[in-house]
Amino acid sequence: MKRHDIQLDQEGRLRHFLTIEGLKKQMLLDILDNAENFTSVGNQQVKKVPLLRGKTIANLFFEASTRTRTTFELAAKRMSADVLNININTSATTKGESLLDMLRNLEAMQVDMFVVRHKTSGAAHFIAQHVAPHISVINAGDGSHAHPTQAMLDMFTIRRYKQDFTKLTVAIVGDIMHSRVARSQIHALNTLGVPEIRVIGPQTIIPNEAAQLGVHVYHDMHQGIQNADVVIMLRLQRERMEGALLPSEHEYFNMFGLTEEKLKLAKPDAIVMHPGPINRGVEIESSVADGPQSVILEQVTYGIAVRMAVMSMVLGRSSLTENQGSQTDAN
Amino acid sequence: MRIKISNGLLIDPANTIEAKHDIFISEGRIAAIGKQPDGFTIDQTIDATDCHVIPGIVDLRARLREPGLENKATIASETRAAAASGITTLCIPPDTTPVLETTSVVELIHQRASEAGYAKLVTLAALTAGLKGEHLSEMAMLKKYGNCVGVSNGLKPVTNNLVMRRAMEYAASCGLTVFLHSEDEGLAGNGCAHEGAISTRLGLAGIPETAETNAISRDLLLVEQTGVRAHFCHISSARAAQMIARAQYDGLPVTADVTAHHLHLTEMDIGYFDSNCHVRPPFRTQRDKEALISSLATGNINAICSDHEPHDADAKLAPFGETEAGISALETLLPLALRLSEELSLSDVIDRLTNQPAKILGIDAGTLSLGEKADICIYNPTISWQMKASNLLSAGKNSPFEGWELKGKVMHTLLDGKVVYSA
Repeated sequence: MKRHDIQLDQEGRLRHFLTIEGLKKQMLLDILDNAENFTSVGNQQVKKVPLLRGKTIANLFFEASTRTRTTFELAAKRMSADVLNININTSATTKGESLLDMLRNLEAMQVDMFVVRHKTSGAAHFIAQHVAPHISVINAGDGSHAHPTQAMLDMFTIRRYKQDFTKLTVAIVGDIMHSRVARSQIHALNTLGVPEIRVIGPQTIIPNEAAQLGVHVYHDMHQGIQNADVVIMLRLQRERMEGALLPSEHEYFNMFGLTEEKLKLAKPDAIVMHPGPINRGVEIESSVADGPQSVILEQVTYGIAVRMAVMSMVLGRSSLTENQGSQTDAN
Repeated sequence: MRIKISNGLLIDPANTIEAKHDIFISEGRIAAIGKQPDGFTIDQTIDATDCHVIPGIVDLRARLREPGLENKATIASETRAAAASGITTLCIPPDTTPVLETTSVVELIHQRASEAGYAKLVTLAALTAGLKGEHLSEMAMLKKYGNCVGVSNGLKPVTNNLVMRRAMEYAASCGLTVFLHSEDEGLAGNGCAHEGAISTRLGLAGIPETAETNAISRDLLLVEQTGVRAHFCHISSARAAQMIARAQYDGLPVTADVTAHHLHLTEMDIGYFDSNCHVRPPFRTQRDKEALISSLATGNINAICSDHEPHDADAKLAPFGETEAGISALETLLPLALRLSEELSLSDVIDRLTNQPAKILGIDAGTLSLGEKADICIYNPTISWQMKASNLLSAGKNSPFEGWELKGKVMHTLLDGKVVYSA
């Protein structure tokens, strides 16, 4: 029979972290609260806690990434885990080794957790279904499906600036169709009770069935951004210019790029977010990316704390209270 | 060998029979129905009490993987599974390796089938050379010397409209039916699931309904122009079924089939990336599924087939979009069809599995008329069994019906009056 809840163990605790979909609101809040506790670690003189001492975490990146891999690595190291970075570029697959064979080899190296990024939707689920029972899997992005830690760090950032999710209007601008970040954000925002989620872009990069995800679709940036509390700009991949999805970067920036002028339509205290890396002059103007409303760099900082929270919850499956040190400030 | 099949409920839709009759078989053919002929001595009696006795099932499309992909399955392994499923005739599409475009490949296939002795095979010849969609195959000779019953381009598109027009014209002059997998290559793209709610949620590349309807619309226009007899394979959407019905109403010589799995599963069954639900064309919506069933009931979709695609385990052991499409479907064909009892009469279900596909192929099969070859399936409709992929006889264990409680168990299968399977 199909087991749809492979993320959770029998006690309902996180065993893997594959997607936001299906997780309870309280689980998301726990992640945010735990992350809150971890934010102080980076400011300590010794940036380490012994939570995951003796654990081995393998970063399996089948797709190139600097930022995500680095923040996962830092998060693991700050919790005293041993980290293996394995960049599996396309050459490994052309050697004919199957994904499963590769996993078996890594399992033989006594790894406790895989942090996986893969170009194919469902890869993290697939791996979680096939790893040995003692290994946990964290999805660091699978195809267009999910990027749950990114979504959680975005939620963390929003909560830092906006506190109450239930009063917000959040606009997500760009390539929803191919964006794992957007899908995970939409699930998280809905679960956390955000009443108005908008996606903005031309029909070619917004799925026809987007509304079923619980969002309102706008094809006009000026309307979509109106009175938003949070504006999330998605990265536009260069290859979207091929295959007749968009005419040109120039036109895209003109219609959907975030400029100071367009940002004025949002609430005056709106924050601007971006999962990075930024294409300046394509989806966002430099003066906005570097401007007072931008929280893009904060997202990166919080990313480490959120990933520490997720990894400790999954791997330790122990609440912080058992290991509490200087970082607990009891929510 | 003279056989009597006694006490069974005989269902022979071609002759509108649905009644308790004994059947007498002699020299591989139906010798009598009902009353024992004078001087008929019985060598063997098959007790069919509580069973239905139907013509052997004619499966319009099954890939047996031989020649070319014997690591997945062989003609011997799959025809044995067919016999255990009440299937006595299988139609082989031309996408073997090498492509079914020479009589030597046809001969090889028939030789393997007769060595195994479990089922009869009929073949479709390649529509275009190498299935490349560029040049015509030697279809007239393949019909003449290979007894190919039709032509098809397998799952490969014929993108060039002129080539398709010529191929249809040529097939029409050869008196060959064209079997079409209508899918617009561009619209289908690299999709692996129905473009809809589920593909949107899971971030899977979608195959829109228009990939099917756009291709069918072109093909129907060319059928009208060329006058070729055309059969549309594995219709998957409500809209496509409607287009076929309309074309039939307009008098075009077109038929269509649906797979048993498309009558029972939808995009929802993909769940969290169940690669056993990766199938081409994709499972669509509940509305589509229901339209396919009603179209089958009205007879606009003429036949149910297995669209059997056995795979080795590795073919399905990867993230969804990287797996190979297809389902190992011979052994679930009859029970899944019988599950339609609320929408179709029993006789109609059997008709769509036997008489109709035989008519589409233009072969003498699918009925139990006097003098016909005694290809017979005897099944017990009340026995239920739990579907376990590991118990499948097919070399392919790739089934999305794992754990399903299925009703209807094949007890005996006869091929030319010989028992080739007994439970």
